[in-house]
Order: sequence, then C-alpha cells, then structure tokens
Amino acid sequence: MNTPLNIAVASGKGGTGKTTLSVSLAIALGESVTLLDCDVEEPNCHIFIKRNNIGKEKVSVLIPKVEKTRCNKCGNCAKICRYNAIVSLPSGPLIFPELCHSCGGCARICPTGAITEKKEPIGVIESSLSGNIKFFQGIMHVGKPISPPLIKAVKMHKSPDHLTIIDCPPGTSCPMITAVKDSDFIILVTEPTPFGLNDLKLAVETSRKLKIPFAVVLNRSDSGDNRVDEYCKNESIPVLLRIPEMRCIAEAYSNGKTIIDAVPIIRGQLISLLNDVVSIVKAKGKINAG
Amino acid sequence: MKIAISSKGKELDSLLDSRFGRARYFIIYDGKADTFSVMDNSMNFDAAQGAGIQTAQNVLSTGVEHIITGHCGPKAYKVLSLSAAKLYLKENGTVKEAIDDLIGGKLKAANNADVEGHWM
Repeated sequence: MNTPLNIAVASGKGGTGKTTLSVSLAIALGESVTLLDCDVEEPNCHIFIKRNNIGKEKVSVLIPKVEKTRCNKCGNCAKICRYNAIVSLPSGPLIFPELCHSCGGCARICPTGAITEKKEPIGVIESSLSGNIKFFQGIMHVGKPISPPLIKAVKMHKSPDHLTIIDCPPGTSCPMITAVKDSDFIILVTEPTPFGLNDLKLAVETSRKLKIPFAVVLNRSDSGDNRVDEYCKNESIPVLLRIPEMRCIAEAYSNGKTIIDAVPIIRGQLISLLNDVVSIVKAKGKINAG
Repeated sequence: MKIAISSKGKELDSLLDSRFGRARYFIIYDGKADTFSVMDNSMNFDAAQGAGIQTAQNVLSTGVEHIITGHCGPKAYKVLSLSAAKLYLKENGTVKEAIDDLIGGKLKAANNADVEGHWM
C-alpha cells in the first residue's frame, strides 16, 4: 500500500478501542507504515509495540516575557490577547502562560519592544522503528494544559510515501480536531452503548464539519444494543468492521498484545478495512498527499 | 467608597451572582454619592477561557476599593491581589444587602481564593 494516505482513528468516547485498532492496523499491514500516537496526554500505543533505539525530540511553544523596565504600560498586549492570557494592571502586564496560545500578537503590538517570546518546553516526541512500523508518540509534560502544538509537531512526521495511521485523542474538542485535521479519512471507533452512540454522533458531526470522509468500526459489536447500527443505517454511514466481544481479546490486551495475537484470522479483515478506506478515498478523488 | 458587586441583574435589589469571572453583571456602587452604575460582563460570561482574570482587570479599571462576590478562583485572585482593592465573599442575598453588610462591618476581607478555577 504505497499510498501516502493519512488515516485518523478517532472516537468521541474514550476507551472504545482507538489504540487497539490503530496498532492492529499497523501490524496487520505488514509493510512500511507510519504510526503516530497523537493522544499526547495519555499515549499508549507503545504498550503494544516493541521499541529499540528510541529517539527523543523536545517540543516547545513560545510564551511572552516582559522586560519591565521597557514597558510603558500601554495595555495593548492585554487588549490584543483573545485568549485572556494577559491582564494589564497599573503595575504592568501580568501573563498567565497556561492560557497562552503562542500567537505572538502581544510581542508584535508592543510599541516599546518590552515583550519577547521565550521557548517553553511542553513535551517530547519519541521515535522508533519497530519492524515495519515507523512509530512516533508525543508525550506532554505533566501540568501543561494545551496539547495541540505538540499534536501538530507529532503530525509533522506523517509519511510522504506510505500509509500513516494517526491514533487520536478522545473527545471532539481542539486536541481531537488538531489530530484528525487534514487527514484523508477518519475511522470512528465506537461501541454499541448509549455513551458510545452519543459520542459517535458528536464525532460524526465534527467529521462532517471538517469535510473529511469517515466510516465506523464497531468494537465489542455483540454487546449492548443495536442503536448504533440503526443510527449508521439511517445516516448512511458505512460500518467497515465489527470486532466481537471476546474474552481472549481482553486477555491479550491486558498482556500488552493486540487483537491479531488473540484472533489471528482478523488480520485479513483489517487489511480489507484498509483497502475499503483506500477505495472510498480514491472514489472521492482527493488525497491530501504529504 | 466604591464597591463592585457581582450581580444577576441590573438593580440594587437584584440577587448576587455567586460567580466572579462569569458573573452576568457588576453593580458599581459609589457610597459617597449613593449612586450606582452597571457593568455588563457578558463578554466574559461567554469567554472560552480566562474569564476570571479579564473580569478582574475590568472591575479594577472602574477604580473600586471593595469587591463583593460569591466565590473567587486562583487566577482572578492573583490579579486582584496585585491591586489595593479588597475582596469579600458572600454567597446569598441581594446587592443592597451585600452593600449594607459591608458598610455595617459584617463582611471579612478574603485573603485567598476560595475555589479552584472552573468550580461550577
């Protein structure tokens, strides 16, 4: 599959099997593939992958620092900050780095050059080659509240010449959107429960807004009820794979093994899932290569 | 004496708003002239983030010496603590009752945030 396709694996609800599916797809493919763990607040693809010679890359964001002696207390920095990260007080500006989105507006508008941007580390990216898988994972430093800059840095490693699988954070807010953005396809992993359905609907709305084609994978498909199926049918959303609820899958998972270890026959289904995705994307006629 | 009170409405008999950063209005009461004005806080009511610190800046810019609200988080408190204004916490009642309590010496100045951010 020498197609430089980017497939995001997202869900809405947490714990539906995004990582399980992402890692299994990468292993099933058996040829060069890049796997990006963009769930940077809790990356866990690494549990299922043997890693050697781990490379580390530091990721920082720019945060304003004020040179008090040069500040004329005009307050323009606070006015331009749309993230409310700066307040202007009679004693000068007060910066809340945890609210800063590193837009640089304050440094540009400061008439006296009192504000400069300084690098603030937010996390690291670990890279390794494990068999056919080029693996990258972002790890946020504890206490850092804004993950999108790190997620973007991890996504810089998507492959220009082969398939890239992106394991996304749960939810449908900025981290998830940053992770799925510019992908060619989104696989939404869900489960047949009321929470699974509720969050699937949110993820479907998000995918539609982003104009990225998507389909559903139903995990633990024979548990719960059939409302997810009914919803997908009514909305004409393809269900590309059903992973049954099996004790051996749960046991394998708890030992750091994948679905393929538990149910080897699923490998063929995972490869056809990838082929289905490629056909859907090709039918839509646009690949965001590179 | 100028007092800011977080309020759910625009009158002296409006109920206190227990939230600081996302209070709907602030009543700015001028004790000397016995008049008041209304500060609309709707911009911060809907702010994605940083409502507390922005509200603190806006309230301080009116030149008040006393601020009465229900609860105050750490970031807003940090901003307020850099000014000379004193903060008082009062959960229930009307704006007028809060002013009377303050003038009557029934409120004690807070010397810390009393809740975490996003407490509600």
